[in-house]
Formats: sequence, C-alpha cells, structure tokens
Amino acid sequence: MTLQATRTAARTGWLQDNGVYVAVVALLLFNALFTANFLTIGNFRTQLVQAAPVLIVALGMALVIGTEGVDLSVGAVMALAAAIIPLYLGAGPLMAILMALTVGLAAGAFNGFLVAKVGIQPIVATLALLVGGRGLALVIADGQLVQLHDPAFLALGTDDLLGIPISVLIAGLSALTVAALTNRTTFGRQLVAIGGNRKAATLAGLPVNRVLIGVYTICGVLAAVSGVLATSRLAASDPADMGLLMELSAITAVVVGGTPLTGGKVRVLGTVMGVVLMQLVRATLIKHNLPDSIAQMIQAAIIVAAVYVARERR
Amino acid sequence: MTTVSETSRQYSAGSKMLQRQGAAVALILMVAVSWLVFPRFGSLDNLRDLALQGSFLAVIALGMTFVIITGGIDLSVGSLYALGGVLAAWGSQYGFLVALTLPLLVCGAVGLVNGLLIARTNMAPFIVTLASLLFARGLLLAITDEGANTYQIAPDSAFVELGRGTVFGFGYPIFIAAALAVLGGLILNRTTFGQNVFATGGAEQSAVLLGVPVARTKIGVYTMSGTLAGLAGALTAAYLQSGVTVIGVGTELDAIAVVVIGGTLLSGGMGTVLGTVIGVGLIKVIQNVINQIGTLDSNYQSVVSGVFLLIVVVLQRILRR
Repeated sequence: MTLQATRTAARTGWLQDNGVYVAVVALLLFNALFTANFLTIGNFRTQLVQAAPVLIVALGMALVIGTEGVDLSVGAVMALAAAIIPLYLGAGPLMAILMALTVGLAAGAFNGFLVAKVGIQPIVATLALLVGGRGLALVIADGQLVQLHDPAFLALGTDDLLGIPISVLIAGLSALTVAALTNRTTFGRQLVAIGGNRKAATLAGLPVNRVLIGVYTICGVLAAVSGVLATSRLAASDPADMGLLMELSAITAVVVGGTPLTGGKVRVLGTVMGVVLMQLVRATLIKHNLPDSIAQMIQAAIIVAAVYVARERR
Repeated sequence: MTTVSETSRQYSAGSKMLQRQGAAVALILMVAVSWLVFPRFGSLDNLRDLALQGSFLAVIALGMTFVIITGGIDLSVGSLYALGGVLAAWGSQYGFLVALTLPLLVCGAVGLVNGLLIARTNMAPFIVTLASLLFARGLLLAITDEGANTYQIAPDSAFVELGRGTVFGFGYPIFIAAALAVLGGLILNRTTFGQNVFATGGAEQSAVLLGVPVARTKIGVYTMSGTLAGLAGALTAAYLQSGVTVIGVGTELDAIAVVVIGGTLLSGGMGTVLGTVIGVGLIKVIQNVINQIGTLDSNYQSVVSGVFLLIVVVLQRILRR
C-alpha cells in the first residue's frame, strides 16, 4: 500500500467514526448563522425536551443492536406504559410509574426469552409484541384517551431540577449509566462479544442467554421510562399515538450514530449525537418553514448518507 | 438401533410436514370452525369480501416473499402502497394506461434504487428501505399538497372497473392477485432467477463464488417488491375510487408477518409463495371472525394477530430442532 492510499484510508476511517459529530457541529454552525432565535436558552430547552424520550429509547436500542439484534416493540411498550398509568394513578404517582416500569420489564424479559431461549430471530420475536402490544394497550384503555390531573405526576414532564428539565436530566443519567455499563462492566464486554460472534461467545463459556435476556429487559424498561415521561409531558394517556413509529426513530438514531446493525459494537456517545442530529435536522427544517414532505425526504437522504459513510467496507 | 433411527426419521418427516403445512392446517381448521360457529361467515358475500380484502395484501406480500428469501427485508412497501394509490388516482385523469403504469414505474423505480443501494454499497436492507419508507411518504405528501388533497377517480372510468368489476361476484383484484401468485410461484421454482433468489439467501458468499449474479438478483427482487406494492396501491385506489393518503402505515409489518406465518424463514434461503397466500388467508380470516363477534372491538384483532404470529414462529422454531 502506498503512503497516499494509507492516508486516504485513514481519512475515510476517521470520517467513518466521527461523521456524526462533524454533522452535528456543521448543523449547529449553520443554525447559529442562519436561523433566527436559535442561540437562545429557551430554544435549546425545547430541543432537548423533545429529544429526551427518543434518546432514552435509543440507548436501549443501541444495546440490543450491539448484540446483533433489534427491538421493534419499543413503541408498543411505550403505549402499554401509557395505558397502565391511569389505572394506578389513584394509588399515587409512584405506584403508577412503578407499574408502568414493571410492564416494560416484563415485555423486555419476554422478548429476551424468545430471542435467547427459544431462538427466534429478534425481528420476528419483537414484531409479535409490536403487533399485539399496542392492541393490548388499547384494549386496556378501552380505546380511550385519558386526561391526567395528578399534579405530582405532571410535574415530571413540566418541572426543573437544578435548572434542567427533569426528563432531560433522566435522559442524561440514562446515557451515563448505559455508557458505564458498556464500557466499564463485564456485562458490557460480554454483550459486545455476543454481538460480534455469538458462536464464539457461547464456546468461550459466556452466559449468552443471561446477557441477551438482560439486554432486552433493559431496552424494555427504558422504553417504559420514555413512555412515562412522554405521557407526563402530554398530560394524557394516549395509547393510540404514544410511541408510534418510535422503533424507527430509535433505530435511525443508533445507526446514524455509528453503531452497525451487524452487532459487536455499541457507541453510546454516537447514539446521543445521532438523536441530537436527527432532532436538529427536524428543528432546522421546521424553523425554515419547509413542508413536512420535503422534511421527510431530506431525512431519508441524511439516513442513507450517514449509513453510507459509516458502512463496513467489504 | 434401526427402529430408533427409523422412528426419529419418521418423526422428523412428520414435523417437517407439519412445519410446511402447519399454516394450511390452521387455515382449514379456522375456516371450518368459523363456518360452523358463525352463520354469516360462510355466506358468499362474506367470502367474496374476505378474498377481496386479502388480495391487496397478497400482492404486496408476494414481493416481500422474494425479498425475504434472499435474506433481505423491505420496509418501504407500506409507503409505496399509499404512494401507488395516490399516483394512480392522479394519473386517472389522463386515462387508464397512465393510471396503471405511473404507479408501477415510480414505485418500481424506488424499489430499483433500494436494490442498487443494497447490492452495490453493502448497506443493510433494513436501513436502506427504512429511508425509502420516509422518502416515499414525503413524496406522497409533496404531490398531495401535504396530504390535504385526495384525488378522486371518475366513477365511470375504465380504471374504476379494474378495482370494482366482478366475475361471478368476485372482484377483479382477486383474479389479478391469484394470477400473480401463480406466476410468482412459477418464477420462484421453475426459472434461473428463482434459483438465484434461493442461492442468494441460502449462502450468499458461496453463491458469489459459484458465479450466481447475487447483485443482479437482489436488484431484481427489490424492484419487483416496489412494483408490486405500487400495483396493490393502484388496485386499492381503483376500488376506493380515490387516492387515500393515510393508508399503508404499518402495512410493511403486516406483509412481513404473513410471509413469516406462511413458513418463509427470515434468515433467507427458504420459502414458498403458497405459504404466503395461506398466511394472508389466515390473517384475514382472523380479522373477519373478530368482526363477526360483535362484542370484541377491533383492537382485539391486533392482539390476536400478535399472539398468532408468536405461536407460529415458536412452533416453527421448535419443529426445526
């Protein structure tokens, strides 16, 4: 290999790893220069509050994708969490939240069981819950949207802690926890090893089933957390619309952030930046009054471009 | 020793049969039970309606079957289905030929781009077709004034006849879907292209080494899937006499579900068109029965469909061991 070729390879390698950061910085610069009222605290708050539920789901999705899986049921789990809340709100907001998270945990554990123990492909295993889960949520809620009035529960979606919106704080803490989990624990290393080569991981004596069930359970719980926060912000339980197409937004953010769908690698900061990038793209398009049609087509182009840059060379 | 191996062979042959015919057995049982329990189920009107409702999904699922056998997936078909309908309704003002060919060409072109990106750049089918799901929806919004404009088709036009015309009371779309299914089955099992589809999904690297035109095969199946989704949209528009903008959300998942229920493996390399048709039949019969039970609201449909999908894949998995 000539020096020139090495340099080119190194450069594309760098772009492959850091493309999402470059894109976020470029978009921030563009907005700072050309978008009115962009560099305001109020605007950043709005953007972060909007991105928080997606980020929480995307973090769980990143772990699942790291094991060479995918979880299509996250939107349905959000709807289930939303449907559960009004049932238990009478017993206090803590009880309602706890029950919603329990449902997320059960759903995730169920997915993990199907993937790890029964050996069903992740797409199909979680597709069943996507199809059935939202229907179940609607059955539970009797197809109704329920207004919520519990002030303590609604505070979760509206109030600040240390000057930061609570939902953003929870999203940030989740990101730190997931980052620590992947980079600093045995569980994280095992997860990546399983995603890289499941057969080898099994032969090496890793607890493959336990890790897989754990990963899907974490993803289910995080989806439920996101459902609780989004419900609180909406001040209503709306199982028909809650988390609709969330699985696609989350997968997009994870992949745009540089985590390959082929598994064996989890990029937590990349996922955060992927969510931020997609949020910024949407905000930019809205602030410049582009219609929804153009906005969707541009998002499609960005996804393809991001994945093209980050793809594994043959 | 011999008896043991013989029994196990018989057992495995039996389970293979069950795996292959399980969906068919379930369909026959479902139909028989529904016929006995619900007097209205067996009426000719209901069966015609059932077949018509199933024919649109069957056309989409046919393309999906080919894609999944190559080991891929096509998430864009729901959006392309809606786009095809809108294009057909818009094109119908210029006559039958435009109304039919415009959706086929545009949706086929989107499928072609899917195929090119997947085959030539080594990008995951899941993410490429996810992007075109968004793109096709955006295109649909762009040509319908952001979804505000629903194009109507003149009720006396020849194009409406395509969706609403009947033979012995059975709608044309049923015959079109049946003819396409037969054609698809022949292509899959009797042509070189069909062999290449199986080879691509079975063991891609070996297929490449054996000289199978893997890239061309992939481009072919995605183009086909897009075109068929567009056709299903055009037929639906003809039936509804308008280009409804809000249909097709989540249809890609229905299509994947019926293909899987029909016994086609998501890992690729194996599958049948007949299985897919049976899968469509099963889902539609379940929906129909739930509608017949007046006390259950439509939300139970998705619960039952989800549970059913689960049972099928778990059984498939257990039988394959």
